[in-house]
Parts: sequence; C-alpha cells; structure tokens
Amino acid sequence: MTVLEQPGAYRLAPPPGWRPRLDPAPLLPDAEPFRLLGTDADLDPETLTRLYRELVRGRRYNEQATALTKQGRLAVYPSSAGQEAAQVAAGLVLAERDWLFPSYRDTLSAVARGLDPVEVLSLLRGDWHSGYDPRATRVAPLCTPLATHLPHAVGLAHAARLKGEDVVALALVGDGGTSEGDFHEALNFAAVWHAPVVFLVQNNGFAISVPLAKQTAAPSLAHKAVGYGMPGRLVDGNDAAAMHRALGDAVAHARRGGGPTLVEAVTYRIEAHTNADDATRYRTDDEVRAWREHDPLALLERELRSRGLLDDAGAEEAARDAEELAAGMRDRMNQDPELRPMDLFADVYAEPTAQLDAQAAQLRAELDAEAQAAAESDTESQAEARGEGGAR
Amino acid sequence: MSTVDAAAPGGTDTDPGAAAARKPVSMAQAINRALRDAMAADPAVHVMGEDVGALGGVFRVTDGLVREFGEDRCTDTPLAEAGILGTAVGMAMYGLRPVVEMQFDAFAYPSFEQLISHVARMRNRTRGALPMPVTIRVPYGGGIGGVEHHSDSSEAYYAATPGLHVVTPATVADAYGLLRAAVASDDPVVFLEPKRLYWAKEEWSPEAPEEVPGIGRAVVRRRGGSATLITYGPSLPVCLAAAEAAREEGRHLEVVDLRSLVPFDEETVAASVRRTGRAVVVHESAGFGGPGGEIAARVTERCFHFLEAPVLRVAGFDIPYPPPMLERHHLPGVERVLDAVARLQWESGWTMSGDGGGDGGTEGGEGGGK
Repeated sequence: MTVLEQPGAYRLAPPPGWRPRLDPAPLLPDAEPFRLLGTDADLDPETLTRLYRELVRGRRYNEQATALTKQGRLAVYPSSAGQEAAQVAAGLVLAERDWLFPSYRDTLSAVARGLDPVEVLSLLRGDWHSGYDPRATRVAPLCTPLATHLPHAVGLAHAARLKGEDVVALALVGDGGTSEGDFHEALNFAAVWHAPVVFLVQNNGFAISVPLAKQTAAPSLAHKAVGYGMPGRLVDGNDAAAMHRALGDAVAHARRGGGPTLVEAVTYRIEAHTNADDATRYRTDDEVRAWREHDPLALLERELRSRGLLDDAGAEEAARDAEELAAGMRDRMNQDPELRPMDLFADVYAEPTAQLDAQAAQLRAELDAEAQAAAESDTESQAEARGEGGAR
Repeated sequence: MSTVDAAAPGGTDTDPGAAAARKPVSMAQAINRALRDAMAADPAVHVMGEDVGALGGVFRVTDGLVREFGEDRCTDTPLAEAGILGTAVGMAMYGLRPVVEMQFDAFAYPSFEQLISHVARMRNRTRGALPMPVTIRVPYGGGIGGVEHHSDSSEAYYAATPGLHVVTPATVADAYGLLRAAVASDDPVVFLEPKRLYWAKEEWSPEAPEEVPGIGRAVVRRRGGSATLITYGPSLPVCLAAAEAAREEGRHLEVVDLRSLVPFDEETVAASVRRTGRAVVVHESAGFGGPGGEIAARVTERCFHFLEAPVLRVAGFDIPYPPPMLERHHLPGVERVLDAVARLQWESGWTMSGDGGGDGGTEGGEGGGK
C-alpha cells in the first residue's frame, strides 16, 4: 500500500504515539517520470477527449497571447507553450468548490478552469492587477513573486478544513520557485498541518536563463517532498493523461484527509521566458527541437488516433473551437480597456484615510481639468473645421 | 477638533463607578485579555505563531488561550515567520481573522515579503474581493536588555507600506482597546507592542474596559501651551516625564500620543502645534527615514505660519541597535528631550497669544522673549 492509499484523518497535532517515519520509501517518487500515453493503460476515453480539446485550445491561447504581445496589446506574456498538458490538467482536476493558486505563467490553468481569458490576462495587459474576482472564481490572483502564494494555498485549505468544509487547494510553481524560502515554508506547514493541498511544480528546465542543474542538487524536485513527510510524484509533464491522473489522485488523496502531495511535472518551456528574453543565449536549438518532438499536443493526438477516439473531422472541430477562442481574444483585446483612474484610491483600505481622500481629490481635479481641456480643444477644432477658426 | 483628552497613565480622571473594579494590570495582561475577549466574541479569530500555545508566548501574552480555545484556535506554528504570515493570508482569504505573533521585532523581517507583496495590497489588487483582516502583533523596541535582534524599532518599515495600518499603544487601556479594534478591522493592522511597557502596571478594569478612541486617532495626554511633544509607544512615558521636569522650569509641554502612525491624525497634531507654536517629535527608531521626518514635514506644511522654531526630532541614533549594555546611550531619554525643547528658539520668538486652548486646565502659555 502506498502512502497515497493510506486512510488518514485531518489533524493539526501529531497523532498519539507519533514517531519519525524512518522508511521514506513510500514517499519517494518513481525513478522515471510517470507516463500513461503510449502505454496500454486503461484510459477513460471521455477524459482523453476532453484533455485533447482543452489542449488544442490551450495551444491556440498561447499563440494568440504571444501575438497580442507583439502587437503591444499585452505588456508581457510569459508563454506556457509546451507546458499545456500540465496547465490544462491542473485546470480540470478541481471541483468547483476547490481553489487554484496560479503563478504568472499559469494563466492557461485558469482558462482551462473556465475563467474568461481576457479577465485572466488583465495583469499582463496592465489594466489591473487581477481582472477576475478570486472569491467568485475560486482562483487566487496570479502571483508574480515566486512561491509566495504557496503558503496562501496552505492557509486557505487549512481554514476550510477548520470550518469543516471539503476544499482542496492546488498551487502551481515553477522549478525556480522551489529555491525560494516560501516554497520550503509552505511545504513544511502543509505537511505539519496535514493540509489538503497539492503542490504542482512545473519543471520547465529554466528559471529565466538558469538551468535546473544550477537551481538544485536534488535527484529530482519531486524528491523534495520526502524531507517534509509528504509523497512526491514525478510525472511526464507533457503527458496530459499522466498529469490528469497524478493530479487527480493527489487531489483525491488530500480530500480523503491524506494531506499534501508534491507533483513534479517534467516539461519544457518552448518559448522564451517572456518577450523581453533572448533564449538563444542560454539554450541550443537542438535542445528545443528535441523537446518539440515530445510535444504534449502531438503525443495526445497520436494516442487518441491510435485508440480510434479521434479522426480528421474531430481534429477540425477542436481546431474550430480553439479558433473561436482566439478570435474572441483578439476582438476584445484589440479594444482599449476601460481604465478608471479613481480606482487607484479604491480599496486601499476599507475606509480611505484623510491623506488618501486628499490625494484622490487632487487626482479628481487633474482629471476634470484634462477633460475640460480636451472639450475645449474639441470645440476649437470643430470651429476650425467650420472655417471659424480665429487667430490664435 | 477631534481630540479626545484621556487621562495620563495611572491618572485619576475616572468614572468613580468603574474605579471600584479597577486593579493594577500590566499591558501584557491587557493584551492577553483583548485576545481572549476577541476570540470569545468571534469564532473566526485565530491566534497563531511560534510558542503561543503551551508556553503562552515568550512574554506570556497568549497565556491560557490554548487551554480555553484549543489548538485549532491558538496554534503553535513551525518556526517560520514567512510561513506564519503567508498561511495567515490564506486563512484570511477564507474568512478567518488570524492574529499572528512575531516573537520579536527583528524576527519579523523574513515575513516582510508576505507583508508587503500580499498582506498590504491584497484588497487593492483584487478590487476589494479579498480583504485582509490580519492582525500582526510585533513586540518592538528596546530598553529591556535584549541582545542583538531583540530590540529593533521597525515601525518606519511598516508605516512606509501603503495598505497597512500601524498602531502602537502606550497605555494599558489603549493596549486593550486598540487591539480589539485591530482584530475587528477588515484591514491588516501591524500592532506594535512596546516591550518595555509590557510589565508597567496601571489601574484598569478588565471586566469593564473603558472605550478608547479608535485606530487613527491621536490623543493629547497632557495639556500645555509652551511646546508640543509628539510621540508614541515606548517614548510616551519619557515625554510625560520630560513635560513634568520642564514644568519646574516654567515650560508647559503638551504631549500628543499618536497611537496610530497609519492613519496619521494630522488634525490633532496640527491643532496642538498651532496652539503651542513649537514641536518636538520623539521616537526610539533611527531618525533618518524615521517617522519623525514625515511628521515634521506634515507639521511644517500645516502649521508653517504658527511655528516659532523648526520642528525638531529626538530619535534613536542612525546605528544598528546597540548591545544592551550600551542601549541607554542610544535611547532618547528625558534629558535629550529637554535639550531639544531648549533649542526651540525661545529667545527670538514672539509671544503666543493662546495658552494651550484654555480648556485643559493648563497654566498658561510660554512667554516668548525673556
């Protein structure tokens, strides 16, 4: 019996007679990443088909967002191209009541969960920090500092359990983020509190330009789990079925009261870190090419076709659906966002301070003056157009 | 003017009915009582931190809470300040009201990223969807003989971070009242507890604690027309002692206790300085970049035409907090405050017409020229 199958009850304090676990074996990840595609594993056709459709959408979403960056419609876009399997699986495995904690590269996980792609991109577009309501969507705001949202996921899951509610938190972090202190503290708290949390590390090879070998000396990132007393799972991050299964098992384990799990998705960032990055400085074309041959979408498509679950018509239909998503993104992102300058002062505090009130009044006056000047210049240019323009 | 005049610590200006139940109570006990009452009043209130459970905190401020409310409500966490505050953020996201303890001022620094990147701005970045009703208790300041990293005055870091309230009590009644207000606040409050006042006892009634002004209100602790001492937390007793000493020299110092650095009560401070024409800001934290500079600037902006002298500051030196055997040379004491008062250009100034407002039983204003 693996640790994932052991029944456990929620607990804050160690159970009576607790002793250190001297045998780490049940917690250890497999030597090779867990794979399902290309094996003769029994896979649910409906899940495979769903994953495929979402993956096609996800690939198109990444392409469209990258294009919008080039057009200046997004300030920046950290692409998750190549990582779609991990992102989509993360977006699909949670129940509605569960919470997702994405980092800035994980917009696709939120879209796969059903969030409006334009609202999700608000942070990267620059019109507001969080374009969606985290409480309504149960998706935490995209986190820019590395790993600092992981303790939030632990605290939220812990709080839900204290309230007697069945809620699991799934938090996403990159390989670079595992070096941060907050990663350590979050995993430690989660394990000690036995919190219903799943940590998904997307090991995409590089923290901007720094390769994994310079990030950690651990045998794998999944091995880090063992030191905290939670199971670590090493998964082929480009295998959508394996990702879905591993994350689904970890969520179910947490829901049963089994505590946290660390899942490492071994994947690759096909694009540069962002449009401000030059990836040719730190990696070779050969390396990228090799990973392209292990493309998550191609792997899944091959599997579906070999199992007779997909034909050309089905692929075309999925492509049309993805094209609709992209067209919707273009239409809406090409409109200028509605900016509300007075929001700068909204929600800093429940009640604004006197100092903020004064500053808000200053901005209000500046905006009014701007509007008046614009109106006057408008009147003038109209007059000029009618040939009434006087000497200036 | 919104000033509320409160009695000086240990004062006798009290309701005789309540006085019957009064007894000597320390600030640490009052804070303990505030936590107990807040937890009893609202099941969402959770106390967490290192050693807050069985030990009752290294200052015994959380004594007995785990017995009364259980480990789920009063939780000994792993020793990790970022983790303590970071998990509190998640708990607040799910509707709880965490009260976290940072054991000592300088121990809180690992949690600053959580504080600054998340606690302070979560409400704003989510357009109000995720308020952060987190109270962060930080025992702060020197004067207790603590070794390195146990005596920092870290208020300037907190006060410089938009989105936080920063509160520091100087009296037993305020310690109770402000902490209840902090826990009830839907915004994050950094609650700075002056360590060296923890054990100072005052007559106070735990059973019927008096109402105190809320967060963001300063209080005139002592009336006087000669000059205003603007201070807070551990420096309040120093300023009150200085005012008492100055009286013997015929100078009547008004003492304003800020109680809250953010929001800052400009009205009460400005009203006082306009009455007195002179001001000294007193605090323990380093002067450069300290709250005193901000306060002096605001006083100057608001009261320029009323000022007889530049606003002076008496602060800790701009040095890392010294070893305990030297700290008495660093901490602003009565003499240093009186020195600053003496430098308020008493020779050149014109005579103030007011006498300190005339409603505070003061003994008249300070004559300008000799």
